[in-house]
Amino acid sequence: MSKAKTTNNPMMVFNTTPETPVKKKYCRFKKNGIKYIDYKDGNFLLKFINEQGKILPRRITGTSLKYQRKIAQAVKRARHIAILPYVADGLK
Amino acid sequence: MAAKKTKKEQVVLHDYESVIIFTPVLSEEQLKDVVSKYRALITENNGEVVHEENWGLTKLAYPIEKKTTGFYHIFEYKAPADFVAKFELAFRRDERIMRFLSTVLDKHAIVYNQRKRNGEFNQNKKEKQQEGK
Repeated sequence: MSKAKTTNNPMMVFNTTPETPVKKKYCRFKKNGIKYIDYKDGNFLLKFINEQGKILPRRITGTSLKYQRKIAQAVKRARHIAILPYVADGLK
Repeated sequence: MAAKKTKKEQVVLHDYESVIIFTPVLSEEQLKDVVSKYRALITENNGEVVHEENWGLTKLAYPIEKKTTGFYHIFEYKAPADFVAKFELAFRRDERIMRFLSTVLDKHAIVYNQRKRNGEFNQNKKEKQQEGK
C-alpha cells in the first residue's frame, strides 16, 4: 500500500530534489502479469481513482496505455452498476 | 473466427456475463422466483449457465430509484449472439430490475473467472483486506 500511495501522489513526484531520486514508475499489470481487470471488484479499482471518484491519469499511476484503457472501461462499468460512485467527496 | 464456425455449426455460443440489480423490496422467495425465471430464459434459448453468483443485499454507491441497497445477481453464460438483446429487453420490461449490465467475456476474462471460482486469488485478497483493516 505504501508504494501505491507514493505513486498516486503527484506532489511527491514533482517536488523531489536531485538528492532524493524518484522511484521509477512501472505498470503493475505488466509486472504482475494481470491480463483482465474485473469491473466487479470495487476495492481494486479504488487504486485508480482519486478522492472525487475521477480516474487517475497514467502519468501518476504509471500504468501502460493498454491497461489504462482497460481500467477506464472497468471503472465506467463499475459506476454504471453502482459499485463505484459517479461523483464523490472524500472517497479515501 | 466466429464467422468460420457458423458455417459448420448451426448455433455458435458466445460467452457473456450479466450483472442484474433487483429492488430491495423483494422478499427472498420472490427473488428466487425472478432469478429462476431468468435462468430458465437462458436455457430455453439454447444457452447454458456457466456460473451464478448472488451477492445478496448490497449497498449501492449512489441511490438508484431512491433506493440505497439492491440485490446483486451475476449470470455467467454461453448463448447465441441474438440472445443478449432478448435478455435485455426482458430486463427493461421488468419493474423489479433497477439496473443491469451485460458484457462480452474475452479469453482473459474467462480464465480470470475460472480462477476466481476455484478460489485461487481469494487467499491473497483476504490477507490484503485484513492488512487494510
